[in-house]
Amino acid sequence: MTHVIIDYDVGNIASLQMGFERAGLNTTLTADPNIIANATSLILPGVGAFQPAMASLKERGLIELIHAHVSQGKPLLGICLGMQLLFEEGHEFGVHKGLGLIPGSVLPIRDAEKLPHMGWNDLSLMQDHPVMAGIKTGSYVYFVHSFYASTTPSVQVATTDYGVTIPAIVQNNTVIGMQFHPEKSAKVGEQLLKNYGRWVDERFTVDGSLQS
Amino acid sequence: MLARRIIPCLDVDAGRVVKGQRFQAIKDVADPATLAKRYALEGADELVFYDITASSDTRPIGHAFVKAVAQTINIPFCVGGGITSVSDMAFILNQGADKISINTAAVQNESLIREGALKFGSQCIVVSIDIKKVDGTYTVFTHGGRTNTQMDAIQWAKRAVELGAGELVLNTMDTDGVQDGYDTEFIQRITKSVNVPVIASGGAGRLEHFVDAAKAGADGLLAASVFHFQTLSIADVKDALEKAHIPVRKESL
Repeated sequence: MTHVIIDYDVGNIASLQMGFERAGLNTTLTADPNIIANATSLILPGVGAFQPAMASLKERGLIELIHAHVSQGKPLLGICLGMQLLFEEGHEFGVHKGLGLIPGSVLPIRDAEKLPHMGWNDLSLMQDHPVMAGIKTGSYVYFVHSFYASTTPSVQVATTDYGVTIPAIVQNNTVIGMQFHPEKSAKVGEQLLKNYGRWVDERFTVDGSLQS
Repeated sequence: MLARRIIPCLDVDAGRVVKGQRFQAIKDVADPATLAKRYALEGADELVFYDITASSDTRPIGHAFVKAVAQTINIPFCVGGGITSVSDMAFILNQGADKISINTAAVQNESLIREGALKFGSQCIVVSIDIKKVDGTYTVFTHGGRTNTQMDAIQWAKRAVELGAGELVLNTMDTDGVQDGYDTEFIQRITKSVNVPVIASGGAGRLEHFVDAAKAGADGLLAASVFHFQTLSIADVKDALEKAHIPVRKESL
């Protein structure tokens, strides 16, 4: 099973790929629409601002491919800005349309003493999910961001607190989002990526190909 | 709650760690990735590497350690030393570093802070400041502490943040290497003056030094000797902070 990381020119994602490898997950980093269209598992990374990232996906014709992927019931993991793009809209330098795969809006963090929200913060578990196997409330993960997803409790798997309650892990059927950097989150991050890999393997594949 | 970060610092000369000789349990104490992994497993929250390679001719080779570290560890790390341009920054970030630290180059060329922040985001740009008290004023020094710039340290810290620095490392030279405690007076003043994370550096010798600096407001506590020479373990430091009701990250797996 190879996880396809979407390469759409949003910051350096070499270390994300290294993190997947450390967790034992095979990855391909690509912008090739054919490979993306045929992927079982898509990873949407991203560092930077909301609007340029959406523009970059659009320019490469990837928005339709991501929607088609999800509507076929295949798994998608968004990380950091990639998680924020999963929502309906982003309020960063104006209001911009997101992928709309999870209900909610991405808003600036207010009332925080220091921004960005940078460093290790602890998770509060809100609901069970296969990616949370072995992860307890109080586990620390590494965050770097200034915007957060304002969303409904039903999609929140885990939250953290930074002046506001920040959804840290979200889900909507086969779509998962992580606001923090699992690849920089020590053993907890590695476990989350392993869990994601296992979830994909068990739920979505038979002998390495997509379960029909 | 956001945890205070414990940050071991490693000096690298031509791709090899200096000052790491006391680690008896590992074979290659001078290999950056090997030492980095040990610190990560011991519970370090982040690492800082200073490339102290004297000659810029050998630096590209020296910087090759960054990729090996990125492949090995699963915590964030910062690289500093000899970075004078946005293309230097791009090179190191592309090797997998999370942050870039600039010191003398930022004083000599302020626009480097802004250009770096615009291109990579403020979270990537750490401005490191060497500080010494001169006639009662905290003053900025450059070139590894050899040059007195006559600049007021608080003013320079504010200016660096205004230009886009996402984090400050404050190395107080009077306390550095003496292991007699961080300069808590300065930490208090600086954390009231800027709204970015502040990393205290210089002076850690005993457990209470870490606690005092955290109480003074430091977001991160950087130390070299106490960890290299295993005078203190990262776990000891975190236990001491926890006892003082300061949030720290402990591995829960």
